[in-house]
Amino acid sequence: MTKKNTPFTSAQMQHVAQLANLELTDTQAKKLATAFTETMEVVNRLQQLDISSVEPTHQVTGLTNRWREDEVDKSQEFTQEEALHNAAHTHNGYFVVPRIVNQDS
Amino acid sequence: MKLRSLTLAETRKKILEKSISQADVYNDIFASIAESNTELNVYLTTVDKKSALEKASAQISNELAGLPIAVKDNFCTRDMETTASSTVLKGFKPQFESTVTKKLQENGGVIIGKVNLDAWAHGSSTETSQYGRSLNPRNLEHLPGGSSGGSAAAVASDMCLAALGTETAGSIRQPAAWCGVVGLKPTYGRCSRYGVASMASSTDSPGPLAKTVEDAALVLNTIAGPDKYDATTSPKPAPDFTKTIGKSINDMKIGYIYHDLKGLETTAALFEPQLKVFEKLGAHVEKVDALDPNYSVGSYTVFQRGEVSSNLARYDGIRYGKDRSHFGEEAKRRIMLGTFTLSKGLAEKYYSLAQKVRTLYIQDYEKLFKEYDVLVSLSSPGFAKKIGATEGESMFGELEDMLLEPSSISGLPGISVPCYRDPKTNLYLGLNIVAPQWREDLVIQVGHAFERETKWNSWLNINESND
Amino acid sequence: MNQMTNTMTNAKPKYRLICGLEIHAELKTASKMFCGCTNNPFHAKKPNSHTCPVCLGMPGGLPVPNKKAIEQTIQLGIAVGSKINQFSKFDRKNYFYPDLAKGYQISQLDIPFCEGGEIKTPEGQVGITRIHLEEDTGKLLHNTVDNKKVSLVDFNRSGVPLVEIVSEPDITTPSQAKEYGKALRDLLRYLNLADCDMEQGGMRLEANISLIESTAPQGTLPDYKVEVKNINSFRFMEQAILYEMERQAKILDAGETPTQETRGWDSTKNKTYVQRAKEDAADYRYFPEPDIPPIEISDAHLAELKQQLPQLPSELRSDWETNYSIPLKTAKLLSPNSVAAAHVSDIFSLAQKSDIKPLEIANAIVNKKIAFSGTETAKEVIQHYQKLTQTDEVSGDELTIIIQAVIAENQDAAEKYKNGETQVIGFFIGQVARASDKKLDPKHVRSALIKELSQ
Repeated sequence: MTKKNTPFTSAQMQHVAQLANLELTDTQAKKLATAFTETMEVVNRLQQLDISSVEPTHQVTGLTNRWREDEVDKSQEFTQEEALHNAAHTHNGYFVVPRIVNQDS
Repeated sequence: MKLRSLTLAETRKKILEKSISQADVYNDIFASIAESNTELNVYLTTVDKKSALEKASAQISNELAGLPIAVKDNFCTRDMETTASSTVLKGFKPQFESTVTKKLQENGGVIIGKVNLDAWAHGSSTETSQYGRSLNPRNLEHLPGGSSGGSAAAVASDMCLAALGTETAGSIRQPAAWCGVVGLKPTYGRCSRYGVASMASSTDSPGPLAKTVEDAALVLNTIAGPDKYDATTSPKPAPDFTKTIGKSINDMKIGYIYHDLKGLETTAALFEPQLKVFEKLGAHVEKVDALDPNYSVGSYTVFQRGEVSSNLARYDGIRYGKDRSHFGEEAKRRIMLGTFTLSKGLAEKYYSLAQKVRTLYIQDYEKLFKEYDVLVSLSSPGFAKKIGATEGESMFGELEDMLLEPSSISGLPGISVPCYRDPKTNLYLGLNIVAPQWREDLVIQVGHAFERETKWNSWLNINESND
Repeated sequence: MNQMTNTMTNAKPKYRLICGLEIHAELKTASKMFCGCTNNPFHAKKPNSHTCPVCLGMPGGLPVPNKKAIEQTIQLGIAVGSKINQFSKFDRKNYFYPDLAKGYQISQLDIPFCEGGEIKTPEGQVGITRIHLEEDTGKLLHNTVDNKKVSLVDFNRSGVPLVEIVSEPDITTPSQAKEYGKALRDLLRYLNLADCDMEQGGMRLEANISLIESTAPQGTLPDYKVEVKNINSFRFMEQAILYEMERQAKILDAGETPTQETRGWDSTKNKTYVQRAKEDAADYRYFPEPDIPPIEISDAHLAELKQQLPQLPSELRSDWETNYSIPLKTAKLLSPNSVAAAHVSDIFSLAQKSDIKPLEIANAIVNKKIAFSGTETAKEVIQHYQKLTQTDEVSGDELTIIIQAVIAENQDAAEKYKNGETQVIGFFIGQVARASDKKLDPKHVRSALIKELSQ
């Protein structure tokens, strides 16, 4: 049978939350650690299966080459007004976010 | 009998014969909404009856004859609030229309409102909705199931003539089973996902929930087919899905999948006698062994949460909606687990493994379909659970949907039709029928044959269900 | 800088540069990579005017790949001699940034369209590791609005097709890095795949720089590398590499290892600065893009792409040199892209048939002696050239009369000529041309003038 995994910790949860761009309270982190431990137990059962000769399935209906020709499609293009319509903060046709300092992308 | 309890097919017929008017239908459906929606908490948004009727009259000559349809609130509908039942999208009015709702409206369906779901379609109960849970119209102490719980409840409570839902792994068929309605999950890629808030992109499948198999086929006819805006839709043109309605199932080979799961023996004892109907209709039923669905739970959990963590990354509150602090607990839990299993060094161990296990299920089905035309099982291990059942259950949905997951992760079409009603609780069990990819025609044929031969459909057998 | 220059010019420098480049270029397509929006981020009339549910990351917006962009990437691979992966796929690269609408970038992780290949530079060839296709992000502008420091986001660039060309760490000098980059830019332009407007960010450079002891065997790689990002000119890249060589040499001299990190180039202070340390290196959580089925390029399709590819610039220019004696510098000016090059080739071949030296035509074009906008037919260009060199028939007597009149009017100059200041002949040629209403052959005029002046 599957051996029990080491339980997850709040610190691990905070690290994952940082990657996921989420903020967690200590209580939430603790609760999540418990849920992680439970869920990963179910997941780890997969290790029992022999998958040595199996390829992963990423596209279940076996399609390939679903590309489009290089044509401009005006039917889906938003006007500037439409594009900004649902935004909380805009300025002169731009979306506005707090100043980004360390641009690295 | 009230107009609201007519099926979509019957209503359409009467309108075309002019024995009733669209206004009669809309008056009664909106009356039903006025009577029940506050208690059931199904519609999050409804449109004004007058403007709906105006649209309907323009659509009378189209396939759905301008009849009122409810739409799960994860389909983007132009200028109509779309929330995916999350406060992150509170007030969000899309500037565009999803392909499926566009097609529905072009073919004579009129959207009369948007219905509740588990937030972001995460769940099988509607209890994760940030706008409150919906109730099961068959028994108000119970849940409608989910994630398309609002769609199933809207159909069951006659607050629409049919509804649209989405299924990633059980989200159409399980609530259909719990609410005693028909739910049809098409082959992955049969209906476009364009404009539907993505849950797990590799399995999300929009489809109809309806009163009867025929109604489901009618709605599917209007929404299926290739879409140039969704690269995962099949280029195959969609056939007429009503063609196999009424076709005999004589000599068909049906495999019955039974798994020795905890608690399943009780419901199986109620379910198995129903399979005799198939024998009576000339089909052959055999019990078959299939791969343990427990592994599908693990596989599905990993890739679904991985995809969820990425699909929900766009909700940052910059271009629309509110910031990420508005995500509810369940969404956070899924984003977190998905982020973890995709992180450096773990993606191979988990994500790739999950996708390999998925291959095992596909291979298992390929083997079974060499011998059987369709496979049947219960849709859900039990009856609708009571309110509050999800509390503290981090895998509630996955476990409830265990019998449906193998077919979902394999991209297969399936249908759930009512197959038993408990006279004490008025709650239902669903028969799940699964066919090879692109063979919706088979599940419709078998589902319809079963429905006509049994007394479980509450609209076709009004007296039977009122005992 | 001096210390380093000394090190460099010493017979035996202490360290050897190990450098590889990652170059991004926006492909020239009509529509974006994964949606039908207009691909024209630099000349859009308004910000956020070329967006749709897909490139704005709306709920349910789904990517559908642009076939032409895929073909362009493969053609670039063929041009540099890559192995083409006929089975390929897209992957999601997950990270959060306000200019990244979906919270992930669609890119390629383990199966890029092209692997291997090389680019020749005057200082030796540089290997290509891989070429893959991805999408660009939106653009951030930093501003102050209502006294608040904010960043403004424009998504017109979001989803523009972007190729990333990763080189092997084969570059050994800053100037070779520049030559490599220029060669790649010229190739992208020549093949009409990209405009590579560096100033606008249509082509962006990143250099991976490290040093190793000169005595280390060839092929040994240092155990660290410093990445310098967001360089927007070849000159800055050369400077950044030089700066890093000096900086890293000092650290190595002190017996330490430079920190593995990402740095930026500050072109006003002429130095690099830390952008991101290794500790918070991003975890991109790559996984196969579930919204896009894999790409399979058939043998026939690949053959077709090969066939469509024009003659490569290096081959064409060497052909011109062999057949028409066109020097490389002139050839480069006349072949900025394959379409122009093919046109010029036609002109050369017609020139030869018309007994005109192609080199003379080439010089006439380069020196703007004849109008050449690219829209003229080869025949027209030849005609222009002939007109330029054509002279009118003029009788000896008629010419003599004009010359004598000109000399009579310019006695001073004629004296100068006789006293040995023969350069005044040019002045006389000009005066004669002006005095005549015909187009005279200058050679003919010159000899007639010499004859008259010498009398």
